[in-house]
Amino acid sequence: MTNCSLGHLSDSAQLHEPLNVVGQDRAVLSRQLEMMLRIRLAERCLANGRRDGLVGGPVHLGIGQEAVATGVASVLRKTDRVFGGHRSHSHVLSMGGSIYRLFAEVLARKTGMSRGMGGSMHLWDQPNGFYGAVPIVAGTVPLAVGAGLAAKFQGMQDIGLAYLGDGAMEEGVVHESLNLARMLQAPVLFVVENNLFASHMHISLRQPSEMMARFAIANDIDYAVVDGNDVVKTHQAADALAQRIRAGHGPGFLEAVTFRWFGHVDWREDIDVGVHRSADEVSEWRKRDPIARLYLGLCNAGWFDEEKMAQLEEKIAEEVREAWERAINDAPPSSDAIADYVYGVRAA
Amino acid sequence: MTTVRKNYGSAMLEAFEYLLAKYPEVFVIGQGLWSPWYVGNTMTDLDKKFGAHRIIDTPVSEAASTGAAVGAALAGMMPIVVHPRMDFMLYAMDAIVNQAAKWSSMVGGQASPGVTIRGIVNRGGEQGAQHSQALHAWFAHVPGLRVVMPATVADARDLLIASVVSRDPVLYIDDRWLYGQEDDLPPIKELVLSDVEPQTLRAGDDVTLVASSYSTKLALDAAEVLLAQGVAAEVIDLRVINPYQPRRIIESVMRTGRLLVVDGGWAPCGMAGEVIASVVEQIEPGVLKRAPVRVTLPFASAPTSKFLERAYYPTTELIVQKTRELLK
Repeated sequence: MTNCSLGHLSDSAQLHEPLNVVGQDRAVLSRQLEMMLRIRLAERCLANGRRDGLVGGPVHLGIGQEAVATGVASVLRKTDRVFGGHRSHSHVLSMGGSIYRLFAEVLARKTGMSRGMGGSMHLWDQPNGFYGAVPIVAGTVPLAVGAGLAAKFQGMQDIGLAYLGDGAMEEGVVHESLNLARMLQAPVLFVVENNLFASHMHISLRQPSEMMARFAIANDIDYAVVDGNDVVKTHQAADALAQRIRAGHGPGFLEAVTFRWFGHVDWREDIDVGVHRSADEVSEWRKRDPIARLYLGLCNAGWFDEEKMAQLEEKIAEEVREAWERAINDAPPSSDAIADYVYGVRAA
Repeated sequence: MTTVRKNYGSAMLEAFEYLLAKYPEVFVIGQGLWSPWYVGNTMTDLDKKFGAHRIIDTPVSEAASTGAAVGAALAGMMPIVVHPRMDFMLYAMDAIVNQAAKWSSMVGGQASPGVTIRGIVNRGGEQGAQHSQALHAWFAHVPGLRVVMPATVADARDLLIASVVSRDPVLYIDDRWLYGQEDDLPPIKELVLSDVEPQTLRAGDDVTLVASSYSTKLALDAAEVLLAQGVAAEVIDLRVINPYQPRRIIESVMRTGRLLVVDGGWAPCGMAGEVIASVVEQIEPGVLKRAPVRVTLPFASAPTSKFLERAYYPTTELIVQKTRELLK
């Protein structure tokens, strides 16, 4: 297949340079830097908690991928309908989710986002527009189509949004969902975080082409392919797609090329598994750090400096520490909870 | 009270019209909805009356259509998904079993997809192994789903409405062999699905016959034959098989001491076995005068030829014969 290479976007030796922020909104960039740091420090805290045996279940960390959710959420509203998967800490936090309630959930406390019933892999924060993340790969993709379709019925300009990965693109239901969304002109944005790996399997072992947007082309869906470690470009592409979707032009598809620094699950780098995941390769990708690139870009523009960065990091680190301390001292749900939530609210 | 003559199919149509007229949140999605023959007389002209945007005939995509309905339900809609043959619904198992059924539990009861999934049992007519299955027992196994199997004309209508207004995910299973059944129906009453229990359709003290859906019709016909032979059979229709509520059946067996269950599915790990187990674990061993009996499909896939279909599906005669053996 021609023209379906990601070119420099998947070349770990490229795109290390600071972002060019000339002409961008300084306040927006500051908020994005803060959000990316918040996500990273929160996930580092979870990584340590898992390593130290304080977190009982698996945590799928997205460290290195913070710019995707941060850029995308910059164009979302609390009334949008966002769905995620197994690696969704960044998605829920980017919508304004509380670190404390995320930690409480991962620690299986009743004060958690899902009342201690979900853990890291089942996150819910609907009041902030985060309808839910569950770990069946691609399971929520059609749900986002339907939630978008609902907005159309409801006469609202809100959109459904499905976060999925390059691995999820291999599930049949995703292709059904793309076609269905297009045929119903459902207001839904598919955001593919292409981090080149599904668990331990590099994309070259799974698909004949590394570009996921070829499936948008096949389904006649508006799309963009961006450097997912560039929060500015990700934000801009998401903005253009979301505006078209809100205006009633049907679905959109954003492919954000990125890389996770840790292994599929938990805190290790997992450089001993899979293909193309050597220590050297991971180390090259770390040079495409979305946070460092924005920070240095802001410094180049004279909008930020080392001292301010240190202050920001300390502020967020303190917020993370407090959230952890508070969450870990909360109570777990009572055993009644097992039966209490099987059936939801009864009909009136 | 004023009643109107309806058949099972037109009663369902009345329910659809009532729901679509009363609730703007209701829409219907599935395959064949713009076709006059896919779903019998149960959805005639709904697209013309309520608009093709609310009666959505879809691409050949059971998984995405069902998943989309689950997502729309989470966003406040009251969708009805239609699978004209339950066999094809298996493509949508993730949306039904992993997503809809578990959503409330996974998020601590803070959200629940009030989606209704209609699966049609489409037996006979030489359609064979992949167009004929009655897989309700699979779904009765899953916590979080409600599974409805209407046998009567009134239930075809009123339980469809109860399913759609329920905030839980509901699988509503109807059997095409019932569409011609007729009855005089009172005006619509919105029932609360969680309050719907098995009902005694015919009282009797000699033997308890339990069934659901088309099997209930067979059991009622058998009871009529048995009465002419001097046997008073009690017939209990399950109506809702998940969550299954055995109270009324246990009470009946305490009186009759004899239990026969008819089910349109297979015996192993099936609904008939579940009913019998639920009774025997609640009564003293001496209550039963004979061992309980199951009448189910033979443990084989549906044949295609009409000659073999005659041998495959349980009949009224078989139920009469098995009941008489139970009464010996």
